[in-house]
Formats: sequence, C-alpha cells, structure tokens
Amino acid sequence: MEATLTPRGRIGIMLEAEAISPDVFRSLGIREIEELEVWQGPERHPLAEFFDVEVRGEGSGETRIVIDGDVSRVKRIGQEMTSGSIEVRGSAGMHTGERMAGGKIAVEGDVGSWAGMEMSGGLLTVLGDVGDHVGSAYRGSWQGMTNGRIVIRGNARSQLGGGITGGEIIVGGGVENFCGIRQSGGTIVVRGSAVRGAGAEMSGGTLAVEGKVEQISPGFLPSGQEENPTLAEVELMGRFERFTGDYATFKNPKGSLLLKEV
Amino acid sequence: MTRSANMIIKNGYVFDPLNDLDGVVMDLFIRDGRVVGDLRSGEKKEAKVIDASGKTVMPGGVDSHAHVAGAKVNAGRLMRPEDHYRSVREKTPLTHSGSGYTIPSVYKQGYDYVAMGYTTVFEAAMPPLEARHTHEEMRSTPILDMGAYLVLGNNWFIMRYLKEGDIEKAAAYAAWMLRTHKGYGIKCVNPAGVENWGWAKNVAGLDEPNIHFEVTPREVIRGLAEVNEMLGLPMSLHLHANNLGHPGNWETARDSLRIPSGLAPANRSEVEGPETKLDFRRRQTVYLAHAQFNAYGGTSWRDFCSGAPELARYINQTEDVVIDSGSVPFGPATTMTGDGPAQHDLYVITGQKWSNTDVEMECGSGVLPFLYLKTSPVHSVQWAIGLEVLLLIDDPWKTIMTTDHPNGGVFTRYPDLIAWLMSKRARDETARECHKWAYDRSSLGGVDREISLYEVAVITRANPARTIGIAHRKGHLGPGADGDVTIYDLDPASLDSDDPSAIRSAFGRPEYTVKDGRVVARRGEIVAVPEGRRFYTTPYVDEGHELEMMRDVKEWFKYYTVGFANYPVPERYLKNPVPIAINRPLEAVVRR
Repeated sequence: MEATLTPRGRIGIMLEAEAISPDVFRSLGIREIEELEVWQGPERHPLAEFFDVEVRGEGSGETRIVIDGDVSRVKRIGQEMTSGSIEVRGSAGMHTGERMAGGKIAVEGDVGSWAGMEMSGGLLTVLGDVGDHVGSAYRGSWQGMTNGRIVIRGNARSQLGGGITGGEIIVGGGVENFCGIRQSGGTIVVRGSAVRGAGAEMSGGTLAVEGKVEQISPGFLPSGQEENPTLAEVELMGRFERFTGDYATFKNPKGSLLLKEV
Repeated sequence: MTRSANMIIKNGYVFDPLNDLDGVVMDLFIRDGRVVGDLRSGEKKEAKVIDASGKTVMPGGVDSHAHVAGAKVNAGRLMRPEDHYRSVREKTPLTHSGSGYTIPSVYKQGYDYVAMGYTTVFEAAMPPLEARHTHEEMRSTPILDMGAYLVLGNNWFIMRYLKEGDIEKAAAYAAWMLRTHKGYGIKCVNPAGVENWGWAKNVAGLDEPNIHFEVTPREVIRGLAEVNEMLGLPMSLHLHANNLGHPGNWETARDSLRIPSGLAPANRSEVEGPETKLDFRRRQTVYLAHAQFNAYGGTSWRDFCSGAPELARYINQTEDVVIDSGSVPFGPATTMTGDGPAQHDLYVITGQKWSNTDVEMECGSGVLPFLYLKTSPVHSVQWAIGLEVLLLIDDPWKTIMTTDHPNGGVFTRYPDLIAWLMSKRARDETARECHKWAYDRSSLGGVDREISLYEVAVITRANPARTIGIAHRKGHLGPGADGDVTIYDLDPASLDSDDPSAIRSAFGRPEYTVKDGRVVARRGEIVAVPEGRRFYTTPYVDEGHELEMMRDVKEWFKYYTVGFANYPVPERYLKNPVPIAINRPLEAVVRR
C-alpha cells in the first residue's frame, strides 16, 4: 500500500508525529490514517488537520509513505519503524528515523537534529544537510546508533555519531565539532572536512576524514598507513595515516582515526 | 484535610498481621478517614460500599526505606536525562504530567506508588543541610504520607560529643536537630567513614578511629543507638553499615548489628494507642538498611558469593534486629547514598558518570547510574542475595521488602519481588535466564520456602510500620488506624504459587487503593489527589544539657556556609505536618 501525505499549509508550533510510520499505517484504511493523532504542543490533533491523505493499493504489498512537500516542522517521522519505506519530497524535522530498526527513509531536502538517533537498523538517506547529533546517543546516554546505515550527501553539524557502537554513517560534505565522540564501534566516513574534536573519547570503531581536520584531538598516536581503504562500502582514494585513540580517556583504546595525507 | 466520606469494604479476605487476621473474610468500616469497628445504620446507608468478595484486602503499603526526596535524588534526575526520555506520564484533568523511570519526578513518583497500593513512604536519608530541599520535594509529592530520617552518623557535633563521652549532649543535639529539621528518626551512614572521605579515605574496620575526631564506627553506632533509646524515638537507629558493597562484608554487618546489644527498645512516642493484637511498638534496637548490599561473601569479585546464610543465621538468633532487603530485580537503577566512598568504588568499577558531594560538617553523598544485568555473574548473585535475606530469616517480623529504591532497582518492581518470594517456580525460571552464579554462589536454589499472603502483608506494611514506629495508625486495619486499604484482585482460595504472572499482575495493579477512606486509585488509574501528611518527631531533653549544647552549636556554626537563622526548617514548609511528641519540654528529663 502507498499513502501520500500532502502538507496543507504552514505548520505553526512543530508537530510530534511518530504516527507517520509504515508500522502504524500498515493495517489502516484512509479514514483511520486521517484520524491518527499527532501532538502540537500540549494538544492532540488528527493527522488530517495538517495533511491531505491519499491511499492506493490498500492492504497489499510493502507499506510506502510519500510526503509530498516540506515537513521541516514535523518531528519524529518514522520513529521506531521496523520495515517499509518513507520518502520525503522536501525537508524533514528533528528526530526523523529516531530509533528506527528497519526499512528505509529517503529525504530529498535537509533533516533536523537527532535524525537516526540510537537507530538499530535500516537505511536513512538525506540529500541535503543535517543538524546536530545525527545517529548519536540521547543526552545522558552513552550508546548511540548500534546498527543500520545513514547516508548524508550534504553537511552535518556537531556530534555526528556520538556514542555509535555499530552501523555506518557516510557524510558527503563536512562535519563540525566532536564527530564520533565516544565512538566504540561502527564506521563513520566524512568525505569533507571536520572542525575539532573528531573521535574524542573514542574506544573502538573507525572514523575516517578525507578533508582537513582543523584541530586534531590530542589523545591519538600514529599506528600505520593505509592505501585506498574501503570503508562502509565507500572506496577512498589516496594514502591515509592511521591513528589509534583516544588515549586521553582510555588506557588501551581500539579506536581508529584515519586522516588523509595532504 | 478534606472530610472523607464513610466507607464499607465488604467480604474481602483481610490480611492484617498486627491484628492476627490471616485472610479472614469480613467487612471493614471507615468513618471520617479512620477504621472503626462498625458504622451506625444511618451512616451505612450513605457509605460508599466496595464489594471485595474473592479479593485480597491489606492495609495500605508502607515503604520504610526509599530515596524519594531531596538533593541527591534531584542530582540523579539532573544527571540522567536519558532516564526521563522514554518514561513519561501524561497529564490528565486530575494529575500532573511527569517523567523518569529510576528517578521519577515527584508527581509521577507519588502516583506510581499509589497506583501500586502504597500510601506511606519514608525518605531514607535527609542530610540536615538539605532538609529544606527534602521537605520541598515531599510537599510536592501527591497523596503519600511521608517522613524523612536525619543523617547523623558523621556529624561533627555527634562525633565530638561521643569522643568526649558526653552522651547527654549528643542526645540533646540529636533532639534539637530532629525538631529543627523536622526529621523523623536517626539514620547513620557508614559511621566515621564518610568523614574520612573528605580526605579521600574510608575506615577499614569497626575499631579504626577516623581522622581528627578519632572516633570509631563502633563508638558511633553504640552512641547513636544509646541516644536513640534515651530519647525514646518511635524508630530505632537506622544503620547503613560500614564496608557496604564489598565482597566479604557480611561479617562487618553481623558485628555492627551486635553493637547495640543489651539496649532495651523504648518507643516512648506519645500517641494514641490502638488496640492491635500484637504490640504496635517496635522490638528492635537496630534497623539495618538494604541488607543485600551488606551480605556478601568471598574475598574479591572473583570468588564473590553470597554471605546471606551467615548473616541470616545471626539475625535468627537475636531479637534486636530488623532488616530491609534492598533486593535487586535486575534492570536500570540509579545508585545514590550518603556513603561517598562506596559510590567512588562503584565509579572506579564501572567508569559511569558519577556525582559526589561533601555536605560540610554533616555528611556526604554520591550518585551513579547502574544497570543490573542477568548476564553478569555478580549481579546474578546480588539478585539471589536480595531474596535470600528475606527467605532465610525465619521470622518475617525481622524483615522488610525493599529495593532500596532506586539503588537495587525501582520500587515499581515490587510485584516481581513478591512473585519470586511467593513462588519457587518464579525463582527457578529467573535463575535459568541469568548467570549460573545466581544458584552456584548462593543457597537460593535449595530454598523451598514460598511466603504466604500473610507474610507478604508483614513485610510490606505491618512490619515496616512497626519498625519505624508508625503502626499506631499505619500498617494495620484495627479501629483507630488510618483508612488506608489496598484491595488486590487475588483470590486466596484459588491462589497458585506456580502462576507467578498472576501474582505479579495482581500486586502491580490493585483493584483499589484507598487513602483515608477515599478511593485514590482504581486499577492503576489515579482517581483522587488528596494532600498527604508529613510526620516528624519532637523529642526534648533536660534544659541544662540543651543550653550547653546550644553554646557549642553557636560556636562551631562559624564553619557553616549558612547563617544560623536560615538553618532550621520552619513548620510552614510542611503541608499537613504531624509532629509526634516524645518527652514534652516541661517534663523533659534524660531517662536512662
């Protein structure tokens, strides 16, 4: 079944719409989808107040949700989804794909902060830029993304992949501060540059930065070179210097920081 | 307090151990919020009637040891946003919203306790300097009746007086402090050891003098126990023993419990005595907190094993002791105690985020998140020990069921504890799921005891109430008791201990929680939100000792960061304050 949601106009206070998920839509008819509740501040409203809903192929096949427009003021799209797909033909709000365990989310525009937070499976693709804390742990928690894959064509801001223990994050552009902070597993590939703190407090996993790192974390020691490494199915070209860390935090860390020789 | 309507609870199986009622089918009557023998026929017509046929009826639950209000609880809330993120409670027209799993907000905490059938909860540790904060949180906690124990085991004045052998002045100081801070009883945390923590040290044995004061844990325990009985407080000394959380510490616990031997329990609170079948005043002179954390065998974490059988053997031989269990139901916890050095040890083991506070001349504290895992060998033994201390001590009147919330686990897991205690099958099922050390390194696998509903009522209401000296109105259902009643959807006639899930769900979601004759929760939903009471004690001693003691206090108060005038907690801080008088000022004499 395929459901198309078309935003009806500008959304004021941001919506919390964890109901927009293939797992929720799967067994519902159009009326029931329209009546799904979303939160706006302290109030609950039916989904149809903000979206025109169309449904095709009810009850058959994989569940696919198409959002035809800008939903940058809608949070929690695809939260905890386990299968099916969501396609956003615009930008999406914060917490998109948070704790998702399976299925696919593809966003044509930008995505807000906390997208893919603590995700454990599935694929999140963003063609534009993303905010802070993408693929990371929630505040206070030390375990971020555990599995799955996040692909960002544009730039990411700070704390990308914070606390990541597994899975893959690929950023086509650059990142800001503390990318891969407290990383203990998984792989992060940054094709562009990083500002500072990349890999800080890292104990495992691999973080590669192809561009320039403005300020390298001090707790890393050189541990060899790699030629044209392939990471997270991405073929990187050139010679990379390998560093192990973060010795500033751990006695025997296993984190690998790969930086391209310039 | 709002006038409550009259109530009749008909035909339930009543479990009221203080009145020796073991599942007797009878009617209960409540007039104006208090249990009465009968109602007049006119009142009966107007009374609210609850049909409890085929159901289990007990007094409202009493938690005598939980960390539910004050600075360290709030430190836990502040340092654990992740604990709040996924545990939320929606606002209703009647109730506040709230969040938090191991350290819920005050509102959620109150509702969760009441929804589980508990109506009275005492805060386990109130540092004097944090008394205002503690009272502020208790004031904001809905429905529950509460009180808080004052932490005095590393207090400079107490240590000084005990070193000088001046027990009268120590008593005068404790009495003044309880009145000043609206405290309920005396709590003693790692006596003499927390003071050493100011120098990054601890004390190693009961006879090691601490730095500067040169007072030993033994002297502090003995001294405070004597002070306690000299003042005639409703509860005995409440002891968090030395060496907590270390392998082999069961011997420290046993030796500590021997220290008050020979003292006579003297609850001299001036309260209206109800006609309970059993004495409503305590028998014990020491109440050991969270025994699980002090019942460890072995010499290291490698040969770690249960020391509960040995500790239980001692407690079975003495009448001086009551323990609460501090059981571990597995899952998330937030450890928080006044025992700064013990918390530092946990930080070294786990590397978790850790908060530590030195409370000036009084005490200290530490907070650290913790996750008890079934896959962990040590945690699995801790689970076993937490049940052993309740099952190996023969007399249920020496035990109280707790999780030392939120140290061993969350209070909302009490129904799981009850299921394990009532059902060997439930224990065996869990032992199969967790690390084999659970049964290999403890005696739990060989324990066949399954406790009865009567015993559940002892360890979850009657005994906590009696141990802390509140059984003149809580923990029983005789005439004069507060109209706090819990009705569980559990038919004793068809109770099957091989069906732990039925036990779990009945205790997790009582049909009714009644507080002061009013239904406050129905099948887990809060239906009324009356304000609870705050209990505290007002002991007095001979005026001469008090005057001398006050001179010392004023002299040393220069070391405090607060002004003397700002130190006390005024009574207006408390909602529905209920002072319990002991030795009124005019006739106050130090009795020995």
